[in-house]
Amino acid sequence: MSPQDIPFLSVGALRTALRARECSPVDVIDALAARLEKVDPKVRAYLSHDLTGARQAAAAADVNLPLGGIPIGMKDVLNVKGQPCGCASHILDGYIAPYDATAVARLRAAGAIPFGRLNMDEFAMGSSTENSSKGITHNPWDFDRVPGGSSGGSAASVGADLAFAALGSDTGGSIRQPAALCGCVGLKPTYGRISRYGLVAFASSLDQIGPFTKTVEDSAILLGLMAGKDPMDSTSVDDPVPDYVAALAGAKDLRGVKLGLPKEYFIEGITPAVTKAVRAAVAHCERLGAEIIEVSLPHTEYAVGVYYIVATAEASANLARFDGVRYGHRATDPTGLLDHYMRTRAEGFGPEVKRRIILGTHVLSSGYHDAYYLRAQKVRTLIRRDFFQAFEKVDAIVCPTSPCAAFKLGERTADPLQMYLADIFTIAANLAGIPGISVPGGFDETLSPGKPLPIGLQFLAPAFAESNLLRIAHVYEQTTEWHQKRPAL
Amino acid sequence: MPAPDFDVRYVATLARLNLTDEETRTFQHQLADVLAFVDALKKVDVTGVEPTAHTSDVFNVFRDDVARSGLTSAEALGNAPRRANDLFVVTKVVE
Repeated sequence: MSPQDIPFLSVGALRTALRARECSPVDVIDALAARLEKVDPKVRAYLSHDLTGARQAAAAADVNLPLGGIPIGMKDVLNVKGQPCGCASHILDGYIAPYDATAVARLRAAGAIPFGRLNMDEFAMGSSTENSSKGITHNPWDFDRVPGGSSGGSAASVGADLAFAALGSDTGGSIRQPAALCGCVGLKPTYGRISRYGLVAFASSLDQIGPFTKTVEDSAILLGLMAGKDPMDSTSVDDPVPDYVAALAGAKDLRGVKLGLPKEYFIEGITPAVTKAVRAAVAHCERLGAEIIEVSLPHTEYAVGVYYIVATAEASANLARFDGVRYGHRATDPTGLLDHYMRTRAEGFGPEVKRRIILGTHVLSSGYHDAYYLRAQKVRTLIRRDFFQAFEKVDAIVCPTSPCAAFKLGERTADPLQMYLADIFTIAANLAGIPGISVPGGFDETLSPGKPLPIGLQFLAPAFAESNLLRIAHVYEQTTEWHQKRPAL
Repeated sequence: MPAPDFDVRYVATLARLNLTDEETRTFQHQLADVLAFVDALKKVDVTGVEPTAHTSDVFNVFRDDVARSGLTSAEALGNAPRRANDLFVVTKVVE
């Protein structure tokens, strides 16, 4: 196999090539290094990487393991022992992870090589990766545009063939939305499906780890290796882990599948190109034999509001740990403990993180807790109930991932509320705890002359119905050609 | 958008965050917008609705009460901004 071809392989294809001895694990790292040198200065997906360490791991790799010798990119929010884990924040400058996240340890046990630190919005707070304190990442399809967020580095790395696959985290759409904007597959599993141990916490009742991949099959491979009960995360669920890859076998059409089309998801603010692409995708699913049924999720309009109360409340509590004592930045020469805290945190956190800590503190504070936080938790129940009721009628829901293709760098940074609305179609899945996947579903040819911008199609399924979700997404993917198109880099 | 009962500087102190004057002005304005937006939740009838804290159907998770290894002292202290005698150094709390 020619070294230039290696970076474009999927995980499944790379595994086959490695086992057939068409290339060695060290060849893979060398090919990745050459690709990084050529392309990453333009995309800037990675904050750092250790090619020497990766070559050493590759030299010792056993290609008979499920992911033997395959490097997997890591969002800067996941602890990988011995590597930096900075959450793209100055408050964690210099922090070296003393242990592996469970998801990372499981991939390592399967032979994978955790590789690099991928850029993100600071502490996963954002939808464009512009909130990183370490610089911006560019969309591989148009460098003037955002890669989405918060896992923008993960999405851009896979979209630009700078990674075979990558991990990210999804609290309100942070896997699915950037996957849509960068033209790759992004899976947010059911809450509790993958252990969160070693994932730096943003909003603990919403966060889930998930893969970015070039194919749905690769997502099935990675999910199967990471899923399952972990004694280190009491919210991980002890539900059997099915063979997700086997669930895809033989799937050629969607006969017998009932797909729900939520009437509340075709709203003002969604671009004509996205509407057109999703309508075409729905028609395509219908031709494949799916029965399309209109469903109602009546509390949809409240999801963003609920999210920005629940997520910021949890974040304000989780980020209290950054106190400049056990790790991270510490202000110099504090005059007392209060000054130590106030300046350490002011110097360490960027503007969006400060905004969310303040909002979260406010909605939890005495006199406001019931009006904001408790009420939001109750509306969350209603949003969850909407999905229960919809899934009595349908197997899965199909909808846009994002209301628009990649927007321009700087376009929304001055208006946080406008940025929050980028997550309007992804947030409800986190509130309801259900799995969702974004797959390439078309291109917007109108926004950027000569530069087609990917559009994501989202499928949502009931909790722990990942097999069915992946099967539907796989059939859609394999009967369309969107995923085969690569950006000109 | 007015939010007369939201004082960003007071809340920032609760959250142990120093703000510059410019941050105070910007956040006051931006977060008042967000609070006005989330006020829409007041329109929802939540009578008799139980709150959802999380969606995982697991409760009272137990494990056997046996010791297991964790980080060593050196590992735990490895990232500390200040340490001495195998301990974290904390800024003085009492005179």
